[in-house]
Amino acid sequence: MAAPSIFSRQFKTDAKRVTGDLRHRGLIQNALAKYETARDLQKASYQDWQGARQAAAERKWEAINHLDVHLEAFASKLEARGTKVHWASTGEQARQIFLDILREKGARSIIKSKAMTAEEIHLNDSLEKAGYGVVESDLGEYIVQLRNEAPYHIVFPAMHLTRGEISSLFAEKLGSAPTDNPEDLTMIARTVLRDKYITADVGITGANFAIAETGMVSITENEGNARLTAALPRTLITLLGIEKILPKLSDLALFLPMLATAGAGQALTGYNSMYGGPRQPGECDGPEEYHVVLLDNGRTQLLADGEQRDALHCIRCGACLNVCPIYRNVGGHAYGTTYSGPIGSVITPHLRGLQEWKHLSQASSLCGACTEACPVKIDLHHHLLQNRRNATAMLPVWWEKLAFRAFGFLALRPALLAGLIPFGRFAQKWFHWIVKGGPLDPARAWTETRDLPPIAANTFTDLWRAKKRASRRQEETK
Amino acid sequence: MNGEKEKILQRIREALAVPAPYPGQHGGQPYDGGHAESPEEGDIAHWLPRVGAAFDARSDLFARNSAQLKSTFHLLESEAAAAQALAEMARAESWQRLAAHGDGARGASTRAMVSKLGLASLWTDAGYDVREMERCDAGVTECDALVAQTGSVLVTGRSAGGRALSVLPPHHVVLARREQLVADLPAAFALLERKYAGNYPSFIGFITGPSRTGDIERILVLGAHGPRKLTILCW
Repeated sequence: MAAPSIFSRQFKTDAKRVTGDLRHRGLIQNALAKYETARDLQKASYQDWQGARQAAAERKWEAINHLDVHLEAFASKLEARGTKVHWASTGEQARQIFLDILREKGARSIIKSKAMTAEEIHLNDSLEKAGYGVVESDLGEYIVQLRNEAPYHIVFPAMHLTRGEISSLFAEKLGSAPTDNPEDLTMIARTVLRDKYITADVGITGANFAIAETGMVSITENEGNARLTAALPRTLITLLGIEKILPKLSDLALFLPMLATAGAGQALTGYNSMYGGPRQPGECDGPEEYHVVLLDNGRTQLLADGEQRDALHCIRCGACLNVCPIYRNVGGHAYGTTYSGPIGSVITPHLRGLQEWKHLSQASSLCGACTEACPVKIDLHHHLLQNRRNATAMLPVWWEKLAFRAFGFLALRPALLAGLIPFGRFAQKWFHWIVKGGPLDPARAWTETRDLPPIAANTFTDLWRAKKRASRRQEETK
Repeated sequence: MNGEKEKILQRIREALAVPAPYPGQHGGQPYDGGHAESPEEGDIAHWLPRVGAAFDARSDLFARNSAQLKSTFHLLESEAAAAQALAEMARAESWQRLAAHGDGARGASTRAMVSKLGLASLWTDAGYDVREMERCDAGVTECDALVAQTGSVLVTGRSAGGRALSVLPPHHVVLARREQLVADLPAAFALLERKYAGNYPSFIGFITGPSRTGDIERILVLGAHGPRKLTILCW
């Protein structure tokens, strides 16, 4: 057997630690309970949520299965109105594009709104290494940035922190007076960040949708930080994955409310903004230059897998994380990935290597809650199963093969099996407890945290025979 | 990196040579029907939350949504009433400066209402200084539409004085007319297409309530980065 990857070992260690952390569990349960109430209320207001899901899935299917056509249309529409469109096959290329723009503009101060794609390519790290300071403007992202941490959740980045922790963080990093009032804490961040918007010369955003028909980038947010980022700095750069495409502007009439409902239980998110270029003639503000960076970074590899292609339909609402029993127990950081939860477990092996990340597909009860929750009907739990199958086909585990071959051998020889069962019963009773859960236990992965039920005193065959004997006796006495 | 464009498109075309099952056909045959059509405006409306047809039903819904979003909605009888409501707000919140635009569809009326307040006013029409706008107590804009279904205000860079006016000052006041109240999101997108197709403004935005965050323990706080208050005057 190949040794488990370091990511797999790290995942097991972290997952175990977090699962037993009662404080952490309380925070997550509290946050998600609020989400669930709001989401259910919102979903119930739809005339036909299932119809909307099917339609959304079909729109995304169209976008992804004719991705070349839509991407070219998107890029040429943007270029026609003065946007510079860049294409990056890898994260490395995308980072280089950013560095080139920043160098050319002589950037001194950079303000950034939330972008999971930027997390994916570790953009901030590389910009900081090159001497550019980047300030995250989304409140949750700002908090985790001050903590030098990755976002905990793709929609709620600071879900794992209490107000007390945030207050001490602000006191330490910003010198503010301690407070346990979330409003005061928000205002501290608002004041600090206001100044950054006004002085920033470059703004960086992510995107939720890319409209092929009109050449527009659509950004969804609640705070207004992305709107300020797109309004004030002289140069604006948007980084987005190539899968963000939607064919038509009017498709947003369906996707914007569905994203809000599935993602945060809202009818519509606070600000939904569409940007089609830099400041146009006759307009009074907006950036002088607009750059759009299109990122592949493994997406075409996922695209090539017809069976799992629909994973590219994902609109990053986070609904599958919120309902996942694994996510709710191990939390967002244990995954060790940019995209956590079920969708992360499905796509990470495609983006970063199946053998190194297959353990995430094993960490699932396959209950299907994710698939049910997905607003674009991604077949998530089947994809987890397919990842398991593919990983095993690529690199079979010898002891599993041996175990199943042995089982097959015995199952075909009932007399032999029956003869061995008393031996098994004896060995389990008198010897297994000595090694149970320890390093010598062959069933350790299971028995470490669970009981192994004792082999029954009577096998099914024994019971069957006894029953038959009894009924025969009854017949005879009649 | 223009070479990358061709490389990415090439990889996409190669990848798409393998067909993918159509949604809802788990494990079924791949779809080969070419491009699927976008749903019609009416279809989308049929799935989303229901909105009544009459004006009263729409304005009631908009008012209910506003209350939930913590924005303020005043349905008024006349422009004079709107001007009075604006003046009362200015007094109640002791505005010193405000920002507005006079280049909207009803620029003359907007200019008149704002000028009547007699406050220092920043007009965005021909460009403006951001620091000055930051010092304003309120931003007054027109809009393209109000959306009853979600309680949203639809603005564009052209109809609402640019990108920043509706988000930088701490109080955003929207001036809207009754006929601008549309039923739902599909209707709002249809309106955008009728009004701007072929020449879209570089910024289009749906504003749904004042700026908000739930990033600290999922507790709602207004005014995270944008306006703490959103007031809609409609007549």
